[in-house]
Amino acid sequence: MKQYYQPEIETAPREKILEIQNEKIVKQVRHVWDHVPYYRHLMEEKGITPEDIQGVKDIPKLPFLSKADLRDAYPYGLLGTDLKNCVRIHSTSGTTGRRVVAFYTQADIDLWEDCCARAIVAAGGTNEDVVQVCYGYGLFTGGSGLHGGSHKVGCLTLPMSSGNTERQIQFMMDLESTILCCTPSYAAYIGEALAERGYKPEDNKLKAGIFGAEPWTEEMRREIEKSLGIKAYDIYGLTETSGPGVAFECEEQTGMHINEDHFYAEIIDPETGEVLPDGEMGELVFTALDKEAFPLLRYRTRDLCVLSRKPCSCGRTHVKMAKPMGRSDDMLIIRGVNVFPSQIETVLLNEGYTPNYQIVLDRERHNDTFDVYVEVSPDQFSDLMSQIQRMEKSLENALRTMLGIGPKVHLVAPKTITRSEGKAVRVIDKRKLHD
Amino acid sequence: MAITQISMFLNNQPGQLVEAVGAISAAGSNIRAMSIAEANDFGILRAIITEPDRVCPLLEQKFLIMRNEVLAARMDDRSGALHEILTVLNEGNINIEYMYAFTGTGPEEAYVVFRVSDVRTAEEMLQANGIATLSDDTLKL
Repeated sequence: MKQYYQPEIETAPREKILEIQNEKIVKQVRHVWDHVPYYRHLMEEKGITPEDIQGVKDIPKLPFLSKADLRDAYPYGLLGTDLKNCVRIHSTSGTTGRRVVAFYTQADIDLWEDCCARAIVAAGGTNEDVVQVCYGYGLFTGGSGLHGGSHKVGCLTLPMSSGNTERQIQFMMDLESTILCCTPSYAAYIGEALAERGYKPEDNKLKAGIFGAEPWTEEMRREIEKSLGIKAYDIYGLTETSGPGVAFECEEQTGMHINEDHFYAEIIDPETGEVLPDGEMGELVFTALDKEAFPLLRYRTRDLCVLSRKPCSCGRTHVKMAKPMGRSDDMLIIRGVNVFPSQIETVLLNEGYTPNYQIVLDRERHNDTFDVYVEVSPDQFSDLMSQIQRMEKSLENALRTMLGIGPKVHLVAPKTITRSEGKAVRVIDKRKLHD
Repeated sequence: MAITQISMFLNNQPGQLVEAVGAISAAGSNIRAMSIAEANDFGILRAIITEPDRVCPLLEQKFLIMRNEVLAARMDDRSGALHEILTVLNEGNINIEYMYAFTGTGPEEAYVVFRVSDVRTAEEMLQANGIATLSDDTLKL
């Protein structure tokens, strides 16, 4: 039986969704114009007034907001209502510069928690479930978002926060958690920790996991599903747009439904800002249709992905976004071709390699050189040189097919690619030294 | 029969070989024979070492290694001995991927290691022609 948290909107006909969006965007642009001088100024610079926005079709006329705008406007410059109407803040980690502080009214929290509740129900959650939330609580949105969503569904909620794996496992086993919410890397870690303590996947009562807040691959999904004996669902969101739950996966596991009654999504060319048609890869841009306290219009997420409006077998009618391929800031331009490190990672995993690789770019007589160093794993190793060289060639061909340009592949011994603070350094671009 | 060979994947850089051989030495194993195949970025060290069952797990902790069976034939120390062996293998249509030779502990005792596609057939053919092949036991690995 198909389950929805808010069936009337989650399965609404497309015309109905468009009608809701059109109505909301007209009100929202007026609200921002009246309450956010920072954005009003951007609109005035483009010669746009609220009258120019009659529906979502007019959204491309609006100016973009970027991470830089959020820094400039810190802390109150993008606030859409009086502080007395706000009940909470959340904040980004600030690893890429100044922190972003997002404000919420009670209505903002409600709509956000509704979105998380939709994700939990899509993962099979009902009021009989025990939801273990081990996303961090506090300034980070992960803990609060899933916590609130779990309450809305009526699940028994374990507010574990992150870390203390021993205690996580104890509660998981003693209180028979059925749904796990955390980052995919922590889920994988819990899986390993359970195995180390002699637990088999069928020993726990978990049936599903809702994992997000960091990039993860299809391969990682299968590993987590196997080690915990669950179905693993992806969830997407960012502090700027509220938090997790902007988009979530259904049982089809072929992309995340964007909650379009609250968030309008566009895909743009990161270079030109042009809106791209569905199915083309570009930068994801969100417009919050009804958030009050932090009403970002056309916020550039820097995440690169593809939208699909193919009907979904789950019955939900909202557009699906593919797992982000990478960040627009990660994009490399090699011999005029756009290359994302994540594309290389995908090929490596498909061909049976580990995702430990390093891209080295250099310039030789005004031409870009493109080398990819890949760690060999036991699966590829042979005592025959000819066999290893065949695999090297075949990997080069697979990369050329995916990227449109051919790198030179260099196979190297395991654990020999330079790591900094445990993380592999993915790209070394020596071309900059020559400019 | 056949004998155990280990292969190690090493980056083609200074310091790699000394580290690999050092690990075999630290494990207390004796290298009876070895050869290196090199490419631009990496090399494959192939070796016949004593006590492979005990030593391999130790090496695996630090290196990418694999073990497989290779054919080792005893060869007289005289002109024409290798030619006779190769003639037998050629008549059996056996392809040799690579080979290397080493001497035994006794006088006029030489061995040649073959990596062939079909170890069993090759071994039977050599034995049928009076050429002795070795096992881990006879080689005292």
